[in-house]
Amino acid sequence: MAVPVNVSTVVATEREQVRSRRSRGAGRGGREARPPSHRRQSFGLFLTIVPFLVLIFVFSYLPLYGWIYSLFDYRPARGLFGSEFVGLQWFRMLVGSPTQVEQIVQVMLNTLAMSFLGIAASVLPLAFAVFLNEIRAKWFKNLVQTITTLPNFISWVLVYMIAFSMFSSTGMVNGLLENWGVISEPLKFLDSDEHVWLKMTLWGIWKTVGWGAILYLAAIAGIDQSLYESAKMDGAGRFHTMWHITVPQLMPTFFVLLLLAIANILNNGMEQYYVFQNAFNRETIEVLDLYVYNIGMTGGNLSLATAVSMLKSVISVALLLAVNALSKRVRGTSLV
Amino acid sequence: MTTSTLSRPRPAKIRDEKGTVPFSIVNYTVFALLAFVCGYPFYYLIVNSISANDLSALGEIRFLPQGMHLDNYRQVFDLDGLPRAAVISVARTVIGTIATVLASAYLGFMFTQQRLWKRQFWYRVVIITMYFNAGLIPIFIIVKSLGLTNSFWVYILPMVVQPFNIILVKTFVESMPSELQEAAEMDGASILQIFFRVYLPNMTPILATIAIFSAVAQWNSFQDTLIYITDQSLYTLQFLLYMYINQADSLAQAAQQSGGDLGAVAGAATSQTATSIRTTVAVVVVLPILFVYPLFQRYFVKGIMLGAVKG
Repeated sequence: MAVPVNVSTVVATEREQVRSRRSRGAGRGGREARPPSHRRQSFGLFLTIVPFLVLIFVFSYLPLYGWIYSLFDYRPARGLFGSEFVGLQWFRMLVGSPTQVEQIVQVMLNTLAMSFLGIAASVLPLAFAVFLNEIRAKWFKNLVQTITTLPNFISWVLVYMIAFSMFSSTGMVNGLLENWGVISEPLKFLDSDEHVWLKMTLWGIWKTVGWGAILYLAAIAGIDQSLYESAKMDGAGRFHTMWHITVPQLMPTFFVLLLLAIANILNNGMEQYYVFQNAFNRETIEVLDLYVYNIGMTGGNLSLATAVSMLKSVISVALLLAVNALSKRVRGTSLV
Repeated sequence: MTTSTLSRPRPAKIRDEKGTVPFSIVNYTVFALLAFVCGYPFYYLIVNSISANDLSALGEIRFLPQGMHLDNYRQVFDLDGLPRAAVISVARTVIGTIATVLASAYLGFMFTQQRLWKRQFWYRVVIITMYFNAGLIPIFIIVKSLGLTNSFWVYILPMVVQPFNIILVKTFVESMPSELQEAAEMDGASILQIFFRVYLPNMTPILATIAIFSAVAQWNSFQDTLIYITDQSLYTLQFLLYMYINQADSLAQAAQQSGGDLGAVAGAATSQTATSIRTTVAVVVVLPILFVYPLFQRYFVKGIMLGAVKG
């Protein structure tokens, strides 16, 4: 599930790069030519950002050192140097025992399946925006936009709360269906392992579709109006302009989103799956991030969990670089 | 989106085009349905939290509140830990948002300053962290060894520097005329004066966007309490809500496994207080967002456009 915020990040980064390329080439007028007195200040300026760099270092770079834990049988009580050095034992274990392999395969299946469903669903915000743009009544358009964006701003805990109060066996939906005589037994929407992938994707869509559409609506607002006018001169109708102007104009944004979603295929986060997991659906809901949490924090095997998340980070970066190279080749601009 | 798009006179031809009227009907209906699907759950929670508890426990309250009362809110605030969790949630949201906004503004501005020592290098050092992290467990071990577990600051410190926000501010500053800075320099202003007096006041649209993003992220954050906090006095509202839902959940499961008849299950799973407390806490958690969100909507829509469209 691509987080829309990331999209604008990428778009913004692209602009940034174009800009810096430009400024390196042509120079940005006054900013290049500085009196020498200003040069001397530069290290002083740097010192003012050091506290922030320290935060970045501590919370993003220092933990990389923690990858070393994957080579130990780490016991928090004994500390790193009291723990036994086991070399690649954990990595071998991941591919060694059949039960472990089975587990990893299932986790990977869940991760990839839900990511791919999320990617397949990423056309929905685009369609949403294109069709919403065809709504002429401004108040209605604004209302729809406001209400459909709202779920994006609540936590997964609240989403689960909503799911629980509406879809649990004593919830409203089951109550209604029973009243209408459609069912006699309550349907197990939440505590069953059927269609978990699909249900999780649907909740993801519910939460993010309106929000994702904002980005496309912004892009639509930026489309050159003369395109529409000249198309109409040529006799194009409403559906023609939708299909031949609006949609193609949104494709670059869509493509960036798509590439990013592919780069993030292993990172579907854990919060959604954590709140929705229970004894019944554990098998099919466990994605990589949740798996790392479950074996590390709940199961207490910090070293094995580190090994798994380390592999995940490495594969993710490799994917990102691959997608970046692809983007460079296809579109001439890079994502990172 | 823009008024010119909307009020522009439509050529008559469009109206006559085949299929346009049925299309519009379907289109309006579908969007009305979507809005209902997205909006109704919020309405449902609110209506249930103010209705008679026995009715709401049976799932009888669907559209109009019945037996309206506000006792739930009074009772919920008497609950052990809830007022405290509310204070923690508000505190982390306020402090965290201020810290993030100031840091983003300052760093974003600084990274536009050519004279900053090794500017490109440090900028990359910050941006790379957006795509790459060591993973949950190594971060947990570092946070723990710094003594930040079971500390309020674990809610704030890791969130201060957000690369994405820095990119937003940097791009925004670069789109401002550089004459602003030059003129201030002519007048002998120092770089900090330029930042605080000239740039900061002009950054409001982008800072408002960042503020709403980080406020919502702070308010909604659940995972950090789950991972780093065992001390109950530092629980957040989200975490408390999760615990309330789960307690009722396990109750329901226990009742189902013991094979009781349906009526008994319903009674055990959603005794009056369980449902009413759950919905009421949910409303307490969601209400601030419902209030703040419409006020800020135009800012973040603008902010997204700043980030996405101009390029």
